[in-house]
Amino acid sequence: MAHHAHEPSAPATAAVMAVFPDVSTVFSAAERCRDEGFTHWDVFAPFPIHGINEAMGLKPSKVSFCMGAGALTGVAFALLLQGWTAAGGIINIPWLNQFSGYDINTAGKPFFAWEQFTPIMFELGVLFGSFGALLGMLMLNKLPRHHHPLMTNEHFLSTSDDGFVIAVEAADPKFDERETASFLKSLGATEVEVVKS
Amino acid sequence: MSAIHPDEATAIGLVRPGRVEGRDPHTIDGTVTSDPTKRPPLVLGNHTFHTVSETICGWIQQKTPPWWMAAFGVSATVAGFGTLMILYLIITGVGVWGLNNPMSWGWAIVNFVWWVGIGHAGTLISAILCLFKQKWRVSINRFAEAMTIFAVICAGTFPGIHVGRVWMAWMLFPIPNSNAIWPNFRSPLLWDVFAVGTYFTVSLLFWYMGMIPDLATLRDRSIKKMNKMVTVGPMWAPHPLPDFVKRATTFQLPMYKVAAWAYGVLALGWRFSSRHWTNYEKAYILLAGVATPLVLSVHSVVSFDFAVSIIPGWHTTIFPPYFVAGAIFSGFAMVLTLLIPARELYPGMKDFVTARTLENMCKIITVTGSMVGFAYITEFFIAWYGGNPYEQGAFIQRAFGQYWWAYFAMMFCNVVSPQVFWLKWCRTTPWFIFIVSIVVNIGMWFERFVIVSSLSNDFMPSSWAYYSPTFVDMMTFVGSLGIFMTLFLLFCRFLPMLAISEVKNVMHAAHAHLHPHDDHHGKGGH
Repeated sequence: MAHHAHEPSAPATAAVMAVFPDVSTVFSAAERCRDEGFTHWDVFAPFPIHGINEAMGLKPSKVSFCMGAGALTGVAFALLLQGWTAAGGIINIPWLNQFSGYDINTAGKPFFAWEQFTPIMFELGVLFGSFGALLGMLMLNKLPRHHHPLMTNEHFLSTSDDGFVIAVEAADPKFDERETASFLKSLGATEVEVVKS
Repeated sequence: MSAIHPDEATAIGLVRPGRVEGRDPHTIDGTVTSDPTKRPPLVLGNHTFHTVSETICGWIQQKTPPWWMAAFGVSATVAGFGTLMILYLIITGVGVWGLNNPMSWGWAIVNFVWWVGIGHAGTLISAILCLFKQKWRVSINRFAEAMTIFAVICAGTFPGIHVGRVWMAWMLFPIPNSNAIWPNFRSPLLWDVFAVGTYFTVSLLFWYMGMIPDLATLRDRSIKKMNKMVTVGPMWAPHPLPDFVKRATTFQLPMYKVAAWAYGVLALGWRFSSRHWTNYEKAYILLAGVATPLVLSVHSVVSFDFAVSIIPGWHTTIFPPYFVAGAIFSGFAMVLTLLIPARELYPGMKDFVTARTLENMCKIITVTGSMVGFAYITEFFIAWYGGNPYEQGAFIQRAFGQYWWAYFAMMFCNVVSPQVFWLKWCRTTPWFIFIVSIVVNIGMWFERFVIVSSLSNDFMPSSWAYYSPTFVDMMTFVGSLGIFMTLFLLFCRFLPMLAISEVKNVMHAAHAHLHPHDDHHGKGGH
């Protein structure tokens, strides 16, 4: 029985990466990539380039929904929390009453004083909404992420300083290692590299 | 951040000048202009994106400056002393403070309100100025947000230790317990717990989210440094070293490994993708949108602690706006107090924090100082016009009673001193601004003291008493300043003080010059 030692297969191509010298070049290159019909590609820049969404043909962000959901949860939670703890005794649900029913008459204020609950409803709405925005942003971006093939490339690391990079992933249906590389080169890239996974 | 796209007027209309050496009487460093049609540059000194990263990361990655060690030593000592005072208080009881029967809220609440007020500048700069598209904020927002967080930490300490039985402080929060005792949600004191807690958390989120890309920059720089192998060995070792020795003595420097790991964990794998930036910008502007009413609500809720009570001099509807204006006033003053020395001590910071930034902040101080002054006069007028003898008595006691010195210190520091900024020399001379900023901070402390000391003269003249602080009172306050400075110095040493990606974004080179005649001027409301 021939038993071959397990040899690591040659690393597959993950992406083709092109380095661009400045904002203007990368911007027009992004427009060309969009028009070429790539789907699994991205522009990497040290800051959000003005107008890059249109240049890349991106849809508006959905973070607002995450935030809205968070904010509504916060407001609802605050109303229920305060209503339940301050006026729980007037709603008779036996199995929940063990945690409620501490209805204290303070200065003759009504138990379910929604007017006085508004500050905390506002605060918790903002609090949960902010978590919604941050966590929603991370979720939509699929972060935190421990590793990405592009990050092994020394040139790619320059995007955190002054580099502008366009990378087309191998997963793209229109991807062809040689053709994509020469296409990116024709868009004004100073350097084109193949990134292995 | 979408509010800080490079303005077309800045990007196209102005040629970025080099640093102006010396002080030009008209434009100071080339950024001060009274001509509203001209937009002065936001970054001076012919910076490229690379030199911006180098300068800002350099403050962290270079050798610790000696002044930092000295300053850290002093503030950590003061902080430690303050912590001992708190320990003494917890062991002994609140009797170690100068509280007496009518004056049951002493310096603790004064310090609390003062610190929370200071904490208003950071989120105001990053949220409200972001919505108003004030791009000059990018050089100070990170700095001010850090200050906010540390000020709120100091603020939160005081009510926490004022409850007397510190081990019962958990009862401030609605935690299910076997006695089924819940906090009283109809009390402004509990609203305060939620307002300050939310403000702290949201400010922290905002600060952290803004920092993610900059932490990724630091991560990548640390990785590059980490990957440079270092060979160690005695000077007299033979060259070249034999391979087996070289292999054993060549390694990555552990400090860069630690840095790469720490910044790497905090950066959450950020990789500067434009698809990510889209969500990021949206989240940033949304956070700015909700943080704006939050900033205005926090000190309003703090003022409810006073205004909802029936004490003469406290029971007024003017308190929320008056507290908020005072909070912004003191917050900006504290930012200037920290910013002006930092600007001198950190090489190259003046390229980002320009004379125009300082000038704008001085203008905000004058506006909010005048609002506060207007509120003082309105209060007095209403006390007279309202015809309530107790209210009138409280105000006469405030201005001419036993604490008249505090009232006049407040009037001088908060109403008179910020008016100097009408003069151009005053608002463009850093050392002078520094002095005024300290005067304003002192004045705002006195404002809180004037309000709280109204308690000394309560409804029954027989119980009136004079409050004077004890040594423990004073040292706890000084200690809180130490805690604040210690945290702030640690921030300056280990985290990016300026928002690197935001600074790059307002630079001339950040704008794509593709279609000089298209509809750019119609876009984005410029």
